[in-house]
Amino acid sequence: MATQVTLKILRYDPEKDKKAHFETYEVEADPLDRILDVLNTVKWYKDGSLTYRRSCAHGVCGSDAMRINGRNRLACKVLVRDVGGDTGKKIQIEPMLGFKILRDLVVDMDPFFEKYKSIKPYLINYEDAPASSERLQSAEDREIFDETTKCILCGACSGSCPPYWSNQDFIGPAAIVNAHRFIFDSRDQGSDERLAILGQGEGVFRCRTVYNCTDACPRDIPVTKAIEQIRRAMLYNR
Amino acid sequence: MYHKYDAVVVGAGGAGLMAALQLVGKANVACITKLYPSRSHTGAAQGGICAALGNTEEDHWEWHMFDTVKGGDYLTDQDAAEVLARDAVERIIEMEHMGLPFNRTPEGKIDQRRFGGHTRNYGEGPVRRSCFAADRTGHMILQTLYQQGIKENVTFYNEFHVMDLLINNGRCVGVTAMEVKTGELHTFHTKAVIFATGGYGRAWRVTSNAHACTGDGMAVAYRAGIPLMDMEMYQFHPTGLYRIGILLSEAARGEGGILRNGNGERFCERYAPTLKDLAPRDMVSRFIAQEIREGRGAGPNKDFVYLHVDHLGKEVIDSKLPDITDFARTYLHVEPYTEGVPIQPTAHYAMGGIPTNIDGEVILDEKSTVLPGCYAAGEVACVSVHGANRLGTNSLVDLVVFGKRAGLKAAEYVQKNDWESLPAHHETRSNELLGFVNAGANDTRRTEIAGDIRKELQNKMQDWVSIVRNDTSLNNMMTKLSELRERYGRLRLQDTGNKFNTERLEALELGALLECAEATTKGALERKESRGAQYRDDYENRDDVNFLAHTMAYRAENGGVKELRYKPVVITRFQPKERKY
Repeated sequence: MATQVTLKILRYDPEKDKKAHFETYEVEADPLDRILDVLNTVKWYKDGSLTYRRSCAHGVCGSDAMRINGRNRLACKVLVRDVGGDTGKKIQIEPMLGFKILRDLVVDMDPFFEKYKSIKPYLINYEDAPASSERLQSAEDREIFDETTKCILCGACSGSCPPYWSNQDFIGPAAIVNAHRFIFDSRDQGSDERLAILGQGEGVFRCRTVYNCTDACPRDIPVTKAIEQIRRAMLYNR
Repeated sequence: MYHKYDAVVVGAGGAGLMAALQLVGKANVACITKLYPSRSHTGAAQGGICAALGNTEEDHWEWHMFDTVKGGDYLTDQDAAEVLARDAVERIIEMEHMGLPFNRTPEGKIDQRRFGGHTRNYGEGPVRRSCFAADRTGHMILQTLYQQGIKENVTFYNEFHVMDLLINNGRCVGVTAMEVKTGELHTFHTKAVIFATGGYGRAWRVTSNAHACTGDGMAVAYRAGIPLMDMEMYQFHPTGLYRIGILLSEAARGEGGILRNGNGERFCERYAPTLKDLAPRDMVSRFIAQEIREGRGAGPNKDFVYLHVDHLGKEVIDSKLPDITDFARTYLHVEPYTEGVPIQPTAHYAMGGIPTNIDGEVILDEKSTVLPGCYAAGEVACVSVHGANRLGTNSLVDLVVFGKRAGLKAAEYVQKNDWESLPAHHETRSNELLGFVNAGANDTRRTEIAGDIRKELQNKMQDWVSIVRNDTSLNNMMTKLSELRERYGRLRLQDTGNKFNTERLEALELGALLECAEATTKGALERKESRGAQYRDDYENRDDVNFLAHTMAYRAENGGVKELRYKPVVITRFQPKERKY
């Protein structure tokens, strides 16, 4: 079943290179291998200097978001045969746009996490919780924000967003998704604070509704819809 | 670079975050982590977290305690199991108050479901004890605790790899760590260190564990003279995706999923008439191994069995098992709505690790002598609350229960105690290790590639130290490990850079895996009995006369296991009995 796969990877080593350049690798792979497996084959047996992040290898930790054939994907959730790698098509791999490249496919995630923190991503409730039991929440109320609890902070959405590329202050879809997770949680009382943050110049109104984020999300979160619901909540509250 | 903190937590998964949250406000604390906190492997846990809330049917913490002890084949320390079962209830409520989005009952309470080995009234039948958030419970716990860390302003050092534990005058005084982004060595001078670095599933070929699970914390402690306890007790989860090992949660069986062999037969009911497919993991993995060995596996090589959820209906699958059915579709192109999913047992969880008491204090010997200032919690630790086999969901319970207790104890310790100075030459051992690995980039006499050594390690551990073991397989592995250790000494790196040199990081991780694998194999070789996850076909029975005891492995100065000692099991309420389900 093994087949020859060609990877074209954007490389950049800050200690050696003035600018990024492509390198091409040919390795054996199984059509059912993940792109991450193929990157590992290159790193472990061909070129130890190839640099990327990875951990869980099954799409739940969010480490290996990168541009695969021009789309932001998790390298561990795309199989060789999903992108035609087993039929001779070259697979092009680049770091995500909208982030500073640290080395090869590794980008600086710190600004991304700072934006996440800015929307107060934690439950805010000013009342005392019951002493020894849970706060009650109906199954229907729990369902309202179910989709946005799935976010793994991989950055695939923000890194596919044109306003995020062009404006480094834009808070970006990932932070908005996480604000949604709390704004629509019936136990939360911090909506006004978060909506005030998101209503500012670099908040939800920077979104141009191009749906790239929804396309990119490896967790199938309807990101654009979540942004829309927050805009409506703002207009309604006002 | 030099840093000074009252306490440093190493690792930012469930246990590390829970511990750090106990220290903020009381002490100056930092959390150093190899990954960004939200990438930690706690996030991969799926099915649930057990606590005797009794929200959907009668339940009691004593029943949970009993199941934990029996599940662990009576190697569980019963004082620890009592703490786990009692504290679980409070911790679940605490996390709900933090915002954890549990699934709900029609009354709006936390919903609960069945899970392997969890029973009502001391083994009468399955009980609904597992609290859950769809099949991403670990993800929600990790997110919730990280969010609390942000709220409380915990200082994180992201992408720092721990190198060494510093001890002076019999007290723990800090750690060193390599910053991955720059390659720089940092010294953290502290009063207390809490290890929460997770497991070492990457020592096997088929594993549910992340690439990052390489036993770093265990290896660092072991090299610093701390023993590793019960390392032979390594759990294989019955349902990993065929060949790649990605976990399919026990929740699938908790919701009514069943296993079928190549003949379409529901084989678990032959072995465990009461709990059937919901028998504990060590047993179900052995049932699968036996079906395959006796020619009743499925597929052209008869080397897997099927997990069926197709009879549960789309609604149950979509609302309660969405992620794991997605894994089957993504990685095997199998449709769980209509067909069985090929599965095989997968290396999953270390019951063993750094020995601690019930307050997370690291202990040094069979008399439970405490190493002041040193703590461990979560998978890296061995309290021992899981004994010879952990029950499903109890890993998440362990993280939050003992993460909290370790954090509280450390907070108390740093408030009471003064500073101890760093030992002389505190960076020597770290620099030697880094120097050894770096030298491999230029020395042409060094010819070994880490990838080859790792692959050989994983293949042989899979063949010789997995579900079925014996004297021959374990001796073979000991010989193989000395060969691999020698080859590791001739390791060659290609990457000479300092910035984000992940080839260097992987080489360091491989060194840790080799340490853990050796303690595991040696412990298994000398434990001449079958108990829980340790099944030997040359000693098929449990031997309470000689082995109702914890193994403590001590490392020799220049590598390898120096000696094994044995520590008695704590027995309080439940006398060891034969284990039947």
